[in-house]
Amino acid sequence: MADRHKEGSKSKYTLDRQMPGAFEGETVTRRRFMTGVTHGAGAVAAMAFTLPALGFAIGPLFSRLPWSWQPIGPPEDFTDTTYTTKVIQIVQGIGEAGNSIAYVRKRDPAIDTEPLDQYNHWVALSSRCMHLGCPVRFVAAAERFICPCHGGVYDFRGMVVGGPPVRPLDRFYTRYNTSTGLVELGPRYSVNSELQRFSPRDPGQPLDGIGQYLYPPRFDTASLTSR
Amino acid sequence: MPKLPSPPLPKALRPAPRRPGEPDEKQATTPIEVAADAGISVVDWIDERTSLSGGIRWMMFRKVPRGINWFYTLGSATMFAFLNQAVTGVFLAMYYRPDAAGGAYESVRYLTDQAFLGQLVRAMHKWGASVMIILIFMHMARVFFFGAYKYPRELTWIIGVVLLILTMAMGFTGYLLPFDQRSYWATIVGVNINGTGPFLGPYLSDFLRAGPEFGATTLSRFYAIHMMLIPGLIAALIGAHLYLVSKLGISAPPWIKAQEEPELRQTTL
Repeated sequence: MADRHKEGSKSKYTLDRQMPGAFEGETVTRRRFMTGVTHGAGAVAAMAFTLPALGFAIGPLFSRLPWSWQPIGPPEDFTDTTYTTKVIQIVQGIGEAGNSIAYVRKRDPAIDTEPLDQYNHWVALSSRCMHLGCPVRFVAAAERFICPCHGGVYDFRGMVVGGPPVRPLDRFYTRYNTSTGLVELGPRYSVNSELQRFSPRDPGQPLDGIGQYLYPPRFDTASLTSR
Repeated sequence: MPKLPSPPLPKALRPAPRRPGEPDEKQATTPIEVAADAGISVVDWIDERTSLSGGIRWMMFRKVPRGINWFYTLGSATMFAFLNQAVTGVFLAMYYRPDAAGGAYESVRYLTDQAFLGQLVRAMHKWGASVMIILIFMHMARVFFFGAYKYPRELTWIIGVVLLILTMAMGFTGYLLPFDQRSYWATIVGVNINGTGPFLGPYLSDFLRAGPEFGATTLSRFYAIHMMLIPGLIAALIGAHLYLVSKLGISAPPWIKAQEEPELRQTTL
């Protein structure tokens, strides 16, 4: 290739190659220019419909889930000895498919050792199993949460005591609304085995050890608004 | 380029030799002969403009090795299972409504219980899906145990593996569509299994669900993937798979010994 542009046969300058209409310093032939323009126009045309369609399909990855505080009942509904089952709405507009269940009880300082703040006077556990997302059931006699799918078992505080789940049951922020006198339920958050709070993750993603680095938090984390 | 062999026509279709005293061009007289002539002239008209007959002959009348047997029909059987899924799927789509607020379940219930032959067509689609998976694995086992994936047929094998994965994805997306309890929870579990892949898993499950939670557009997303995206890919790849099968020829069963060719056994020229 290197010696092609040497003396005689083919110079890179169109002027040297005696092309009609060639001008000083021109190296790109019209044929090459037209080929490039055609390929470029084809690429632009293909991207003009591919990129918007692709962005349209992956757009929901970057969306935030609108979340409002949901009233779940007066404080008298909840004791610190057992869980009360509350139906909550996770996604609006799709009927029952958008509902989920929260298990709620009053905080018991004797067993709930995590630091107290304004959002955990009531402990609200998500019913989705942290193995693969099946709904767990609270068995009052055993004081255990049991998952029907693959045998995950959690204790009274939602900590894993058996089976495949990788972290304790997710929780919801709770607060007391002084104007309505009702307990309200906020966004979901995930916890590691020390009950430290993390942004909500999907089931099956551990939050201890290397697990917390393998699964990046999502863009769409519902942020907790103050009032 | 060697001349393509003429198709081995059955005896009844071969033109009889002209008898002594008959005119050169026999005129069609009976209605059946007229109809046959009309058919031939239509086919000739198309073939003169497309030259498709060469390709069809190339595909349909190719040489196959000695010793082929019923195991060699499993690939075609899989393709017919796919065609069954495609045809019944198109007609199911005429009744189906991808509405997560309950309409999806109601539309499936309507087409199963009320629509004429709906139960049959849905059952064909449902059982055909399992049949297709079984046939794919039997076809794959045949190719594996006969050593038919070896040179020069590696690309055919690779395309086949992609087809297997796409068929699995069809099973996964189709499972949600009836939108009963089993569909819903199986999809939750399946999406979360995807989510356990490190680094990219969370984004993959967000893509499948169209958001952080199972939402209003998850069902229509699965429906679009199930009905348009993957079937198109499968059809295209089946075309490539069949082209390679025809281009490379099929392999003989491993127990067939190579023919004795004295000139090939010469060690010196």
